Amino acid sequence: MRITRPLLLAALLAGTATQALAQGTTLRIGLQEDPDALDPHRARTFVGRMVFSSLCGKLVDVAPDLSIVPEMATQWSWNEDNTVLTLALREDAVFHDGTPFDAQAVRLNIERAMELPDSLRRSELASVERVEVVGEHAVAFHLSEPDATLLSQLSDRAGMMMSPASFEGNFAQQPVCSGPYRFVERVQNDRIVLEKFEDHWEADEYHFDRLVFLPIPDATVRLANLQSGDIELLERLAPNDIAAVEADPNLVFLQEAGTGYVSLRINTGNGELARTPMGQDARVRRAFQLSIDRDVINEVVGFGIFTPAQQPFPPASAFYDESIQPTRRDVEAARALLAEAGHERVPVELTFGITTTNQQVSELIQAMAAEAGFDVTLRPTEFAAMQQEMTAGNFTVAQAAWSGRPDPDGNIHPFATCEGSLNDGRYCNEEVDRLLTQARRVTDTDERVRLYSAAQAILQEELPHISLYYQVRAFGVSARLQGFAAHPDGMIRLKGVTLSD
Amino acid sequence: MLQIIAKRVAIAIPTLVLVSLIVFALQKLLPGDPILTLAGEERDPEVLAYLREQYRLNDPIHVQYFHWVWQVLQGDFGVSLRTDIAVTTLIVQKLPVTIQLATMAMFWAIVIGIPVGILAAVKKGTWVDYLANVFALSGLSIPNFWLGILLIFFISVRMQWLPASGYVPPSEDLWQSLRTMLMPSIVLGTALAGNLMRHTRSAMLGVLTSDYIRTARAKGLLPAVVVYKHALRNALVPIVTLLTLIFGELIAGAVLTEQIFTIPGFGKLIVDGVFTRDYAVVQGVVLVTAIGFIFMNLVADVLYVLINPRLRHA
Repeated sequence: MRITRPLLLAALLAGTATQALAQGTTLRIGLQEDPDALDPHRARTFVGRMVFSSLCGKLVDVAPDLSIVPEMATQWSWNEDNTVLTLALREDAVFHDGTPFDAQAVRLNIERAMELPDSLRRSELASVERVEVVGEHAVAFHLSEPDATLLSQLSDRAGMMMSPASFEGNFAQQPVCSGPYRFVERVQNDRIVLEKFEDHWEADEYHFDRLVFLPIPDATVRLANLQSGDIELLERLAPNDIAAVEADPNLVFLQEAGTGYVSLRINTGNGELARTPMGQDARVRRAFQLSIDRDVINEVVGFGIFTPAQQPFPPASAFYDESIQPTRRDVEAARALLAEAGHERVPVELTFGITTTNQQVSELIQAMAAEAGFDVTLRPTEFAAMQQEMTAGNFTVAQAAWSGRPDPDGNIHPFATCEGSLNDGRYCNEEVDRLLTQARRVTDTDERVRLYSAAQAILQEELPHISLYYQVRAFGVSARLQGFAAHPDGMIRLKGVTLSD
Repeated sequence: MLQIIAKRVAIAIPTLVLVSLIVFALQKLLPGDPILTLAGEERDPEVLAYLREQYRLNDPIHVQYFHWVWQVLQGDFGVSLRTDIAVTTLIVQKLPVTIQLATMAMFWAIVIGIPVGILAAVKKGTWVDYLANVFALSGLSIPNFWLGILLIFFISVRMQWLPASGYVPPSEDLWQSLRTMLMPSIVLGTALAGNLMRHTRSAMLGVLTSDYIRTARAKGLLPAVVVYKHALRNALVPIVTLLTLIFGELIAGAVLTEQIFTIPGFGKLIVDGVFTRDYAVVQGVVLVTAIGFIFMNLVADVLYVLINPRLRHA
């Protein structure tokens, strides 16, 4: 072992710099995964957005009712034909490197998001032709066509503002944004440390000196950390841990209906495996839906937090269609539909990503569907393999989750349009395409509601996806944490949040 | 001696080539597309195509392999697909963590395994021996993850004595670092202790029944002197080499232990790398681990020769 000692020393010296622990309050947050690259334009994970919530300011934000509210842009207006969006910007915002925030910075940020070859924001900003600096603190987005989703895109990573001076080099290693907390260090799989940014325009509203994000994938261990006081907050509390949190006087369980949902996606047109009764006959799919009792899934697996879903829009959304309610389980009706379609027993292969929850939900579906005449075989698949299988059309029915977007477009367009990037079952209906694309171009909410409801009517009939339940944003927090609230988008917002002794 | 080292180093190079080839091939055999995995919910076809090109995933596999080898020879292990962090940075960050875990686990293994083994040999056939064997078998057969979860539940959650998971570098806070590593090192150490105890016991028994020990006893030396001065020295010969060879078991055990206690070391890096199809990370880490193995084997050989003079002219 003697020979490895210098190596160890060298590694220690070269590794994390020795830092005296900062005085003041630290908030430790347990995350379910380790975030990916900390570059808003190239980032792709839900968990990464939780870190960005504190690290990067955005042009606009989303309120709990999913409406768009000011953040770095104080107000906005559309021109007559909805092709120019003009934003007035804050004049008191500064980037973490001291550069003042202005219209020029917005232009450079949006241009980077649109031009970086591996930017995942390009499709979100597809309607933007150019960004014009109208004044020192005013920008105009010129669009090629009206785009109702644009503001909501700007409320997420596409609207996060980074210091243009930091674009050169590897941004993700040393992100420079304008949020209430600035980047200190990151050790992959271990922690991300942020510290308070004193020059933030609302610095008085943020009461922690340091934030430490700790990825702890195992739900049991994450909860153990909360119970032992090693973290003060954890996100995505597992349903079967709710009771333990509620029983503990030192802990509080917080939940909020989310914008995401879990559904069964059926292969109706992607290769050989689409040629099954499930893939080819809507009556068989409707029978399958009739065999499922969503309340049972909610009670048995969700411990009451898996709110049954029949559509991709959450109840909090203005686009939620009241007339579409979860179907009640009806085994007789399901059998009758199967008989009408000319089947007595139908084989179905159900693919799902390996997690305890997915496994339990799939097993319940298997048992319930069996009574209606479906012979369901389960195919647990590791996550990375599952994505490849689904894109390749190597599935009949797959259980998959979507983290959700505040604008309805993000919850339906990629899945239900013929060319949708997440439409693995390759469902394709020209009328649905027309309605969903039209709904992107109209900015009037009532008109959009009408268009989405028209598209939903067709989708409910043809059923290329069977919605199962909404994803609840469930947090376990220390009872000492004051002022924290769960939000439909699942983000961790720390404005006004304090930790009592 | 130099001959042995030279021979070992000569064998090391083809071994490393073989290891790198196997790892490379295994990763390609895994189902799952690294770029799709990387993209997750954000599947922009243009970006996917660009990334495939950038990471040379469209090249024939042998071209990919040689390109990687060429980069490694220049000291460039690439970057993590998932986080953009350089693989060399990751290795430098994680290696000390796993070395610390392994060292502490080894400490427990030696402190528990060797004395218990000696005791079992000296008291052969008594209840002490029986108990020691029960302990060794339990250590070997209790699954690490189960013991880990139990310890977390009782020691961290119930008693709140030790942190449930995570890692603090010793350079930052030595006391805290030892506290966080205590449970994981015990979990990892118990299995090794069982192993070590059984080896010590049999080595010791072998020595205790030899002629010179009988002679020493006949001379009327105190039993303690016989055991600790004469027998132990010779019994330790095979154990010292065993210690270096346990290294492989240590690394394998560390992978699991690091998962349970969320310790950001080599094991966790490999597992996460495999799950996210982060090729560059897995290849880099496996290569460094293989170098570690080869080095430990070399140390074992050299030690064996040093301890056992009869081999010097072999």
